[in-house]
Amino acid sequence: MSSATAAQGSPAASKAGNQGASTYLNHKKTIRSWLLTLDHKRIGVLYAVTLATVFLLAGLLALAVRAELFMPGETIMSNDAYNQTFTMHGIMMVFLFIVPSIPAILGNFVLPMQLGAKDVAFPRLNLASWYVYMIGGALVVTALLVGSVDTGWTFYTPYSSSGSVSVLYMTLAIFIAGFSSIFTGINFIVTIHKMRAPGLTWNRLPLFVWGLYATSIVMVLATPVIGITMLLLFLERILQIGIFDPALGGDPILFQHFFWFYSHPAVYIMILPAFGIISELMTAFSRQRIFGYKAIALSSVAIALLGFLVWGHHMFVSGQSAISGIVFSLITYLIGIPSGIKIFNWVATMYKGSVWLQTPMLYALSFLFLFTIGGLTGIMVGVLAVDVHLHDTYFVVGHFHYVMMGGTVIALLGGMHYWWPKITGKMYNETLGKIAAILIFIGFNTTFFPQLILGAQGMPRRYANYVEEFTFLHQVSTIGSLVLAAGLFLVLGYMVYSLFRGQKAASNPWGAATLEWTMATSPPDPHNFTRTPIVTRGPYDFHLADEVFGPQHTGDGAGDGAAPEPAVPRKTETA
Amino acid sequence: MATQTQETQDVQAHGDGHGHHERLQHHFISLDQQFSSAKLGMWLFLVTELLLFSGMFVAYAVYMQWYPEAFAVASEALDWKMGFANTIVLLASSLTVALSIHFIQKGNTKAMITSLSATLGLAVVFLIVKYFEYTDKFSHGIYPGEAFNPTGSYAYLDVPNAVQYFSIYYVMTGIHAVHVIVGMLVFAWLIYRALRHHFSPEWYTPVELGGLYWHFVDLVWIFLFPLLYLL
Repeated sequence: MSSATAAQGSPAASKAGNQGASTYLNHKKTIRSWLLTLDHKRIGVLYAVTLATVFLLAGLLALAVRAELFMPGETIMSNDAYNQTFTMHGIMMVFLFIVPSIPAILGNFVLPMQLGAKDVAFPRLNLASWYVYMIGGALVVTALLVGSVDTGWTFYTPYSSSGSVSVLYMTLAIFIAGFSSIFTGINFIVTIHKMRAPGLTWNRLPLFVWGLYATSIVMVLATPVIGITMLLLFLERILQIGIFDPALGGDPILFQHFFWFYSHPAVYIMILPAFGIISELMTAFSRQRIFGYKAIALSSVAIALLGFLVWGHHMFVSGQSAISGIVFSLITYLIGIPSGIKIFNWVATMYKGSVWLQTPMLYALSFLFLFTIGGLTGIMVGVLAVDVHLHDTYFVVGHFHYVMMGGTVIALLGGMHYWWPKITGKMYNETLGKIAAILIFIGFNTTFFPQLILGAQGMPRRYANYVEEFTFLHQVSTIGSLVLAAGLFLVLGYMVYSLFRGQKAASNPWGAATLEWTMATSPPDPHNFTRTPIVTRGPYDFHLADEVFGPQHTGDGAGDGAAPEPAVPRKTETA
Repeated sequence: MATQTQETQDVQAHGDGHGHHERLQHHFISLDQQFSSAKLGMWLFLVTELLLFSGMFVAYAVYMQWYPEAFAVASEALDWKMGFANTIVLLASSLTVALSIHFIQKGNTKAMITSLSATLGLAVVFLIVKYFEYTDKFSHGIYPGEAFNPTGSYAYLDVPNAVQYFSIYYVMTGIHAVHVIVGMLVFAWLIYRALRHHFSPEWYTPVELGGLYWHFVDLVWIFLFPLLYLL
């Protein structure tokens, strides 16, 4: 198989690639060529634009929520409007943004390249996933237009089975958007199993691939359950079938079980690819082989599997039996182990490496701090007795924002900066990048740390009003959210600017050693590689990466990816 | 199924100049790789289907546990003979679809078309039986949800929580029937393509995937039948 591949190397590809003129971005230019593209890279870009828009809208809703909470009493909107605002913020951020975010944008773009493949296994299914996602998004907008949804993103019955009719559109939207996730998950698993380049064994897979693999498993196993849940909720609404509504003999707790059987694993759909990105960033910017490769790879899979056994920790106060509360609590602690393994390995990777503090690395370091806080507060709410006090308070809001935003979004930002030169062929402004990263770090903590304190003091979540004593911390949080927004808008600004005025990127500006950097131009050829890569080393074996640093370890960067500035200090050991 | 339609575009763009099979998509190295990828993808899709149905099975188990008497009374109302007949029909259709794969492997397109048509026919028979079952229930006011109002010979079903049983019955068999209809569309499409000689012993991926899907639909019924009709 391997020799045949190398020899075959499609003629169309080599013709285009070698001239450096034709890239995936410009080889066809019509709108139609974008909307009907089967190229995983273009689909990644389609997702990037779509998801950035959703993130912007849902982010503005968050600012509105924070503005309302700036003062006790009615500040800028009515209670009803507030309920709808936080509901829409939650639904859009969770179902339309974070769940697809990293897999759909960076996964689509990077995964086949890291595997040395020309595309994902099912390119049409890949494109279909984007269209299905768009239909889901359109239904969310419809739900907004025909009425109001104020159930929170969790749709708990009987509230959701009795309220406004637009809940119907919303459940349908989530049912349909779920298929987009399923398509992506199936595609990634098959691609990773079947499309690896010759020599790319499982132990040579980049850790981002491992992260996506674990994510895809969860996508495939969990998403259908939210599908059937939403379908049953839909039928409950139109036919009163009596599955979830206690008035009809149904069980609302069953809904919660179904919902969290998806939505807790979905949390790992959101965070596992982020782990993958952080592994890439840590090793690339520490100039050091990853510490504990197998431990990191397998801990992702362990988290994916354990994640299916802990959904009940969302229901400690729901009236489920005490024994299930205890069991769910214990299994929840177990998740701390693989997560801790990762954190220690990333820190150990930096130890005696030579850390290069470029923007992506700043995000990786932010991630270490923020995710650690998010993870540890997660253990706190996983403790049965403590959770009774903290349940449905701002502590929980603070906790999951530390994980979702401090974890996933920060990793996504780090990943976008890291792969931006590869995706667009342009460099962003490094100084502005660092300023924005610091603004975001400060803004984020100013926004969400006070929420942890507020929650511990008893501020309930989803309330538009609060007692006087909480005013100061709420105001700190709102001001923090403005700093955070300023940082994010700065990112948007210099990223868009770089598209038009940015410096042309080298094919490997970071001196990284995975295939998308060492074997492909920036931006890549429409077929990714001009010849099929043959892999002879691990993804982080910098000491064997002659194509990056030149032979004999002279450090003169004779290879393709000479890191231009600064001269990167490297260890000269040959392990 | 969207995964396995024709990839003529890329092949043509390629000029087909280097002698690979016309069905080989551009990003695969060999037909083998392409076939095993498609099969793995289909298996994963079936896993998602399994979990889709699992939600309903859990709901069934919960309410069976909560309301055993109502469920015992209600399940009496289903005609096990009809259910049994449909079980035989589906098992037979599984055989015919397996035969169609066997025939195309042997290169016998004609026999494949015959057995695919037989499968399609059996699926129609299944739905006809289901139609009679549904209309019999509907005519006596046995609907899912709040419209549930048993009359006539079924008046004895007017007990608390029997409606849960029928809601679950209609949802499960209804979603199963949707899968049967999708299967029929798939078979119609396969027959259409077979008539145009698209399949060969080297390349019959859609037939294989259609067969896998149909076995799954069959298997779900194998569980639905005893749970709903016999227990």
